[in-house]
Amino acid sequence: MVENRPFLTFCSHFLVLLGIVIIAFPLWMTFVASTHDQVTMLRAPVPLWPGEHMLENYRTVLFEGFGTGAARTPLYVALLNSSIMALGVCVGKIAISIIAAYAVVYFRFPLRMFFFWMIFVTLMLPVEVRIVPTYQVVASLGMLDSYGGLIVPLIASATATFLFRQFFLSVPDELAEAARIDGAGPLRFFKDILLPMSRTSIAALFVIQFIYGWNQYLWPLLITTKEDFYTVVMTLSRQVNTVDAAPHWNWIMAMALLAMLPPVLVVVFMQRQFVRGLVETEK
Amino acid sequence: MNKRVTFDGRLLPYLLVAPQIAVTLAFFIWPSGQTLWQSMILEDAFGGNTRFVGFANFAKLLSDDGYWDSVRLTMFFSFMVTLCGLGLSLLLATMADRIVRGATAYKAFLVWPYAVAPAVAGVLFGFIFNPAVGIVAWFLNKGVGYEFNYVINGQQALALVIIAACWNQISYNFLFFLAGLQFIPRSLIEAAAIDGAGPGRRFWTIIFPLLAPTAFFLLVVNIIYAFFGTFGVVDAMTKGGPAKATEILVFKVYNDGFRGQDFGGSAAQSAILMLIVVAFTVVQFRFIERRIQY
Repeated sequence: MVENRPFLTFCSHFLVLLGIVIIAFPLWMTFVASTHDQVTMLRAPVPLWPGEHMLENYRTVLFEGFGTGAARTPLYVALLNSSIMALGVCVGKIAISIIAAYAVVYFRFPLRMFFFWMIFVTLMLPVEVRIVPTYQVVASLGMLDSYGGLIVPLIASATATFLFRQFFLSVPDELAEAARIDGAGPLRFFKDILLPMSRTSIAALFVIQFIYGWNQYLWPLLITTKEDFYTVVMTLSRQVNTVDAAPHWNWIMAMALLAMLPPVLVVVFMQRQFVRGLVETEK
Repeated sequence: MNKRVTFDGRLLPYLLVAPQIAVTLAFFIWPSGQTLWQSMILEDAFGGNTRFVGFANFAKLLSDDGYWDSVRLTMFFSFMVTLCGLGLSLLLATMADRIVRGATAYKAFLVWPYAVAPAVAGVLFGFIFNPAVGIVAWFLNKGVGYEFNYVINGQQALALVIIAACWNQISYNFLFFLAGLQFIPRSLIEAAAIDGAGPGRRFWTIIFPLLAPTAFFLLVVNIIYAFFGTFGVVDAMTKGGPAKATEILVFKVYNDGFRGQDFGGSAAQSAILMLIVVAFTVVQFRFIERRIQY
């Protein structure tokens, strides 16, 4: 602030607060809807204030499920699947990227740059532009309806490799020199020195990749046909699009809240790592 | 840039890059090659015979009015998502930058929509704008007297998809704009203030030009998001309808390929989309190189 202009300061506060309220409005309505019974949620206008059926709604959605036939899988199964997928994508991505970056930075070997560019050119081909062939590859490997099929195709990541490469290049050469003089081999140096030093980068990537993995939609939609492997985001979308005489908005919105809660909590509570990860992976 | 100190090892480096290379080959490079190959073959309805047809799939696609409708729709959609998303987030970031007290708390309340999956965003907006029970739809119909029903009105459906897509992307833009604003040296702004420039003038003559690199970066990211990241919003809310009013390109690829089983046509569409991504990526890298230099 360079000068004191009370009116402008007031305007700033007012506009930001207005923005927050508008942005949060859908979330509030979701929460309110998940606390009423079905009948209330079918009469327009729906209430703007929470009701008294919160606990039973969440219990129904989580442990009993609703809908007809196979759609009636309790949501905790899908939440578990989403967690496995998100964590798998996170850990897998970070693990294979960090060792690939280590090889590219700390070793000289034939085809080094070729490998580096091969990883690098795939940077920007989102799964959406090559869905049919990728599906066929996964199908021919027998990985449809499996956690492997959900996770492995998503763990190749040029961004993570690039991030670790940049970080390793900034690590002082003296450290590697000292480790070599002390007789540490490459694996020892990696485990005892490089890995602990990369902690903050790993944490930042973890937050970003957790959100990425949890929020995957098209990919699980394609390769899963059994409810046992449905993720929570696609379960929600399927329930919304089920044509029903009287939709259970209270249960659907409880589901929506559960579907967004884990990544939102991660962002809110790990904000520093989140911002860091966002800025670093996009550089 | 290379390291002065390296380790020796004949086999070890290959073992270290092997997992990444294997996944890249199996799920990126091979499928991308397959896409290009499939875009040039024609498969009969029973999947038995395939025949090489060169660019016939592309020719068919480019002479299809439905495809051009989708192209025009996608351009309009991307333009609106990018414009609204960048405009609103710049406004919010400029205001938040002025605020000294409570800035961190405000930030926490503005960043969370980034964590919401596009498909979930589609569900939320589909609910509050639902013609039967949605509170906003009710307000528009009863309170304002504006007839709102996105399920049958194509233009309203498109507007709704744009709003949901913007909402989802706004926090990302906000964070980058805020970081860009805080990177601007205070001394410049103070000097301008001493010279008598008011807040508006300072914004347009100092802050805005200095934000241009950030804005350009966000422009590319937002266009890519609008092209590819919005599949979930469309699929969860409108399924491309009503009457294809929200069938953007990425949704059409999926719809023609998996629902319509038109693999050749879908692959040709994929190939064109790949070209678009590569073009954007090249633009982005040229820009990043420039940014690193100063």
